Amino acid sequence: MYVAVKGGEKAIENAHAWLAEERRGDPGVAELSLAQIREQLSLAVNRVMAEGSLYDPDLAALAIKQARGDLIEAIFLIRAYRTTLPRFGCSTPVDTGGMACDRRISATFKDAPGGQVLGPTFDYTHRLLDFKLAADGAVPAAPSAAPRHEPTPHITEFLKDEGLIQDEPASDEPPGDLTREPMEFPADRPLRLQALTRGDEGFVLGMAYSTQRGYARNHAFVGELRIGTVAVEMEIPELGFAIEIGEIVLTECETVNQFKGSKTEPPQFTRGYGLVFGQSERKAIAMALVDRALRWEELGEDDLGAPAQDQEFVLSHADNIQATGFLEHIKLPHYVDFQSELELVRKLRREAEERLEAREAAE
Amino acid sequence: MNEYNFAYLDEQTKRMIRRAILKALAVPGYQVPFASREMPMPYGWGTGGVQVSAATLTPDDVFKVIDQGADDTTNAVSIRKFFEKTAGVATTEETGKATIIQTRHRIPEARLRADQILVYQVPIPEPLRFLEPRETETRKMHSLQEYGLMHVKLYEDISQHGAISTAYAYPVRVADRYVMDPSPIPKFDNPKLEMDAIQLFGAGREQRIYALPPHTRVVSLDFEDYPFEASKADHACNLCGAEDSYLDEVITDDAGNRMFVCSDTDYCRSRREAGHQGRLAQEGTA
Amino acid sequence: MTPQTRFSGGFTDAPVQAAHAFRAAMTVMARPGEIRQLVGATPPEGLSVAAGTLLLTLSDPDTGVYLAGAADSPAVRQWLTFHTGAPLVPAAQADFAVGLWQDLMPLEQYRIGTPEYPDRSATLIVECGVLHQSGATLRGPGIRDTARLALPDVAALQANSDLYPLGCDFFFTCGDTVAALPRSTRIEPKG
Repeated sequence: MYVAVKGGEKAIENAHAWLAEERRGDPGVAELSLAQIREQLSLAVNRVMAEGSLYDPDLAALAIKQARGDLIEAIFLIRAYRTTLPRFGCSTPVDTGGMACDRRISATFKDAPGGQVLGPTFDYTHRLLDFKLAADGAVPAAPSAAPRHEPTPHITEFLKDEGLIQDEPASDEPPGDLTREPMEFPADRPLRLQALTRGDEGFVLGMAYSTQRGYARNHAFVGELRIGTVAVEMEIPELGFAIEIGEIVLTECETVNQFKGSKTEPPQFTRGYGLVFGQSERKAIAMALVDRALRWEELGEDDLGAPAQDQEFVLSHADNIQATGFLEHIKLPHYVDFQSELELVRKLRREAEERLEAREAAE
Repeated sequence: MNEYNFAYLDEQTKRMIRRAILKALAVPGYQVPFASREMPMPYGWGTGGVQVSAATLTPDDVFKVIDQGADDTTNAVSIRKFFEKTAGVATTEETGKATIIQTRHRIPEARLRADQILVYQVPIPEPLRFLEPRETETRKMHSLQEYGLMHVKLYEDISQHGAISTAYAYPVRVADRYVMDPSPIPKFDNPKLEMDAIQLFGAGREQRIYALPPHTRVVSLDFEDYPFEASKADHACNLCGAEDSYLDEVITDDAGNRMFVCSDTDYCRSRREAGHQGRLAQEGTA
Repeated sequence: MTPQTRFSGGFTDAPVQAAHAFRAAMTVMARPGEIRQLVGATPPEGLSVAAGTLLLTLSDPDTGVYLAGAADSPAVRQWLTFHTGAPLVPAAQADFAVGLWQDLMPLEQYRIGTPEYPDRSATLIVECGVLHQSGATLRGPGIRDTARLALPDVAALQANSDLYPLGCDFFFTCGDTVAALPRSTRIEPKG
């Protein structure tokens, strides 16, 4: 006979105990250390930091371990932790022109001051499973060269000097902060860039890809992609000047896009911009493409009705923590709503049958 | 001992939410944007309600959480635990003893008092969203009271099905001004929206808070020839015999037999304790 | 009595005191005409206990505060800045304005929200000599049939509620008590 569903509390505890056991896996296999995750799964760590909006490789490694390698779950852990952190202040804008580059390439010029530096890239590797790695991960040291000490100029500066690329005037206007203010549409570019940099890599990639396939195509070249370390500086009011408080690794991508000119702008190149924590170049390039697509209005281009041009569509759906939460909430009980639909469908069927019978009787 | 602030949120976040609640009360039914924070539970699982509760709770409160009307559904258990841990508040399953009730999808059957607060978890706060997906457009529609589209939708239902086919999250007009989504409560609960208690609605993912002060006029949208009807299963509760409560339908055996029980578990329990018995009460308590 | 300094008179247990204070503020805003006790802060001269407690509960670096008349003293400025970090702003930019009714006027200078964002409006904290449930008749959300509250200027407040859903919202403070009048309340002068 019927027994109401009870014992939710016990069920939850048991489920969590089982989860912990599964997370650990076979206890006969050595446990992963956070240092191992941080050092050997560093691109996963980078993605968690980027989409978690918190630069801390050790915490990201912990989140990945706790999430059993589910990166969206790890990002969620980082976001929830981030909420509890007090805000001491804001850094000054980082100077990516002063970046100590590990990688710096341009697709628009064969060579430029600072050179083409491939750095630690998967590009040009043959994607063949390396079975040697299964047995032995030891690698010989890579050759090294003396680091470049002078700043590496941005490629787009060369185009700007000639007036061939749209100018991006500097502004001292403090940007909005989407983690502190509710998103409002239309969103300005700083807010759009924030949403994209913490947006889901897969979503931003898909949106960017759609522009390449003709949904608001904007003919992007990678003007420059650079990955490296920048200093983070903060103004200390008591000191009256900025001091360096740490270093972070960033990936920056500037695209150079064809532009035939519009009612307001002469023919020139235009730009898309991507900036992401860590070594995250797929994300940075994709971000730049989507950023460029979203700029149609300010550049006086036509609204082609493409998804990547639609800022409400892109920005409202880019966040994987919002998306996964709402998607997965449909597994919560909905039996009250379902019951009300059930009653309604029964009623509508009953009435339809009655109408049918009445009509047959009349005939 | 407790590594988090009282009720989890930091004070600045609570102030931001509290300011939004005050504006929501001043403009009933209007959705106030707020900078929803990431909570340690997923979006869509009550983060809006949790943030509103966290900003409203005092240590003197007695807190009750229901999901589908029941205190023992897993997500209700999880949210209750969260506040026991982070706010140290007393919790209860008894509607009459609670000072703040957080709910998903139901309004308790027992009439709420003036000293109680009902906090709703809201998935999609915008009643016009399924007619118009763009926030920029729906915001304009609210500002101009352009609610014709909603009436057209409801009327299309009638011409197609002979009845309005919205069974839950049934839209209401608040204080003759804003059209509001009462959250996915069954339309059976709509008449209870005019009550003595303060009602607060939190949508975390969508970053909106709205409110109904006590005794606010709340009218379910309808037509003169098709008046609003608060419907429920045409049965009595098989456990407590109540004929006035919203019922869950439970499949009881492989032959597909059904029984009907109160969705509000505390209401059902208190009736049975008072000696009321439904058709299957003996077996049910056995 | 110990001399008031900018460092004293704040909440001693902010999470709990602010929670109680907010509940009082929320209750009166949800029930126009009701009067509640509101304590927690010990502000310097120029602010009542209730007004000071409201400011500690609701204002911070994200909200502009306008101090009017006697409330605009160096002691109040220092105290508010130290305890809340709220920027002091002119009336036209204020999220919160505090002072005597005549010092706060004219009402037209405050933000009333926009048709699409009516919440972006000022909340006025009006210091009153007395606070009692007599005088103007109030109707609307939060009120079962009618309520009564002594109001400083019925005509101006009626004009404000005519702007609905735009308009300012009001707290009335007196000593350690508070009442409120949201823009949604319809006001009839004492008949």
